Amino acid sequence: MGRIQLKQVQKKFGEVEVIPPLDLEIVDGEFVVFVGPSGCGKSTLLRLIAGLEDTTNGNIEIDGEDATDLPPAKRGLAMVFQSYALYPHMSVRKNIAFPMKMAKLDQATQDAKIEAAAKALNLTDYLDRRPGQLSGGQRQRVAIGRAIVREPAAFLFDEPLSNLDAALRVGMRLEIMELHKKLATTMIYVTHDQVEAMTMADKIVVLQAGVIEQVGSPLELYHSPRNVFVAGFIGSPKMNLISGEEAKKHDAETIGIRPEHLTVSTTEGAWKGRVGVAEHLGSDTFIHVHDTGLMDMMTVRISGDIQVQHGDTIYLTPDNDQIHRFDAEGLRKS
Amino acid sequence: MARAVSTRTKVTNTAIAGTLGFMMFFPILWILVLSFKTEEDAIRAPLEVLFSSDWSLDSFAAVQARSDYFKHFMNSVIIAGGSTLAGLIIAVPAAWAMAFVPAKRTKDVLMWMLSTKMLPPVGVLIPIYLLFRDTGLLDTRIGLVGVLMMINLPIIIWMLYTYFKEIPGEILEAARMDGASLREEIIYVLTPMAIPGIASTLLLNVILAWNEAFWTLNLTAAKAAPLTAFIASYSSPEGLFYAKLSAASIMAIAPILIMGWFSQKQLVRGLTFGAVK
Repeated sequence: MGRIQLKQVQKKFGEVEVIPPLDLEIVDGEFVVFVGPSGCGKSTLLRLIAGLEDTTNGNIEIDGEDATDLPPAKRGLAMVFQSYALYPHMSVRKNIAFPMKMAKLDQATQDAKIEAAAKALNLTDYLDRRPGQLSGGQRQRVAIGRAIVREPAAFLFDEPLSNLDAALRVGMRLEIMELHKKLATTMIYVTHDQVEAMTMADKIVVLQAGVIEQVGSPLELYHSPRNVFVAGFIGSPKMNLISGEEAKKHDAETIGIRPEHLTVSTTEGAWKGRVGVAEHLGSDTFIHVHDTGLMDMMTVRISGDIQVQHGDTIYLTPDNDQIHRFDAEGLRKS
Repeated sequence: MARAVSTRTKVTNTAIAGTLGFMMFFPILWILVLSFKTEEDAIRAPLEVLFSSDWSLDSFAAVQARSDYFKHFMNSVIIAGGSTLAGLIIAVPAAWAMAFVPAKRTKDVLMWMLSTKMLPPVGVLIPIYLLFRDTGLLDTRIGLVGVLMMINLPIIIWMLYTYFKEIPGEILEAARMDGASLREEIIYVLTPMAIPGIASTLLLNVILAWNEAFWTLNLTAAKAAPLTAFIASYSSPEGLFYAKLSAASIMAIAPILIMGWFSQKQLVRGLTFGAVK
C-alpha cells in the first residue's frame, strides 16, 4: 500500500515561506510527477514527504496514518537521489544490503533479495565492484536496487536522471516505467523536465513558487491547462500566448495556441509573419516566425519537411477549436 | 595546451629550489654529523669535522649513560598519543555537529576557536602554572596530556570539520532513509568515509604534540619530562656539549621523523587542510 495524503502542509525556512499550505492526495500505485521550474519547491515537497525536512504546519498521512513526526526510516518510503548517494566505501552488494542490514534481516533473506534485485537490474556481474568503478547508469541502477529491496510503500525519485547523458536518460526512463508496471508501487518523481513528466506520469502535479498550479493526467494538462502558467509550461515547443487585440476577438485577455495547431501557407492565412529560424528534425519542422504583430516570436510545428528560407513571408492559420482562452487573472475560460 | 617553460627557466628554478631545500635541511644534517663525533672533534672547523676526524658512537653511549632515554621516550609517546586521542574524542562529535547541523553562529565559533591559536602561549603561562601547582598537576603526564590536548584542539576540530564538509550530505540522508540511527550513520557511513581525514589529523597532531616544547619544558621537571626536556637538558650552564646535544636531538627526533616519512602522503593531505579535493 502507498496512499499518501498531504493536508495543509506548509514549509518555511526562517521567515521565507517556500511552500504555502497545500493539499494533495496520491493514490496507491500511482506514478506521480512533481514538475516545475527550478526553485518551485518540488524537491522540498518530496523531502517533506520523505521526512528529511520537517513540516512547519500541516499533516502528512501515509496509508491513513499520521506520519508527520515520524523519522524518515519509519515512514516505509525509499528514495533515489539525483547524485545517487551510494556509499562509496561499500561494494554494490553491501550498498544494496545496507537497508536490510539496518532492518536486521537474516542473511539468507538478504542474499535472496540482493540476487533478485541484481537480476532485475542487470547488476549481477557488478555486485563485488565499488560504486566508483561503475558508469552513471549502473550507479543509478544500484540506487534503485537499494530502494527496491526495502519493499517500500512508495518510491521517491529526486531528479534521478539529470546526471545522465541524453541517450542513457531515455533508456533509464523506460526502465523506471517498466519497474513501475511490474511492482505497481506508488512512485513520486521530481523533475524539471516536462517531457519526462508527460511521458512517465499517471498524474502530474505542476508547481510554481510552492503553489500547486494544476493536478491532472498528462493529456488533461495538455488539452485543458487551468491557467497561463501551465499552458506555457506543459508542451514542447511551448504554446504561443497572444494577448491584446487578437485575444479580444476571442473574448479573452490572453489566448493560447499550440505550435502543432497552426497551419502554414506561403500564399494566404489569418496571420502574416516572417520566417526566422527553421529547425528540421526530419519527422517535424519547427519554424520560428517573427513580425506577426501578435507576439515576439511565434512557433509553428508541422509534420514532415517544408522548404522555407530565412526572411520568407509566411501565413499562419490557427485551428479555432484548439484555441485556449484565459481571463485577466490568467485563468482558463471554459 | 600546457604552459611552455624554457629549459633555462627549469634549470634556474631547480637550482633555487634545491639550494633552499638544502639550506632548510642543513641544520638537521649537521646535527646528524656531529652526533657521530667526539666532543673534541665537534667544535673544530666544519671542513675538519667532515674530513679529518673519526666517526664514533661515543656521544650516544654517553647520553644513554647520563639520562634515561627510554623513560623520556615513553613520556613523549604517552603525552603526544594521549593528547591526540583525547582531542579526537572531543573533536569528532564537535566537527560532526558543525559540519552537518550548522547553526547561525557556527562560522563564528570556528573562527573564535582558531583565534585562540593567535594568543602567545606565554601570555597564559603564569595562570596555568599556578593552576597546575595548586591542583598538583605539575610534572604529571596527565596534566600535560590535558594542556596539549587543549592547545591542539582548535586545529583538530578545524581539520575534521573541513574533511566532514567534503562528505556529501545526500549520502548521510540516504543512510537515514535506509533506516540507520545516528549512531549507525556515524559508525557505518561517516567514519569509514572520513578515515583518511581522521588519519591525517591524528598524524599531524601527534607530530605537533611530540615537538611541543614550550609547555612541556615549563610544566615538567623530572617525572613527566618528555624528549623535548631530554634535549634541553644538554644545553646547560655547565657548558655546551655539541656532540652529546646532537646525539640527544637525533635520538629525540628520530621516531617522529621515521613516522613522518612513512606517512608523507597522509600528512601532505592533512597540511593542505582539505583545500585540494
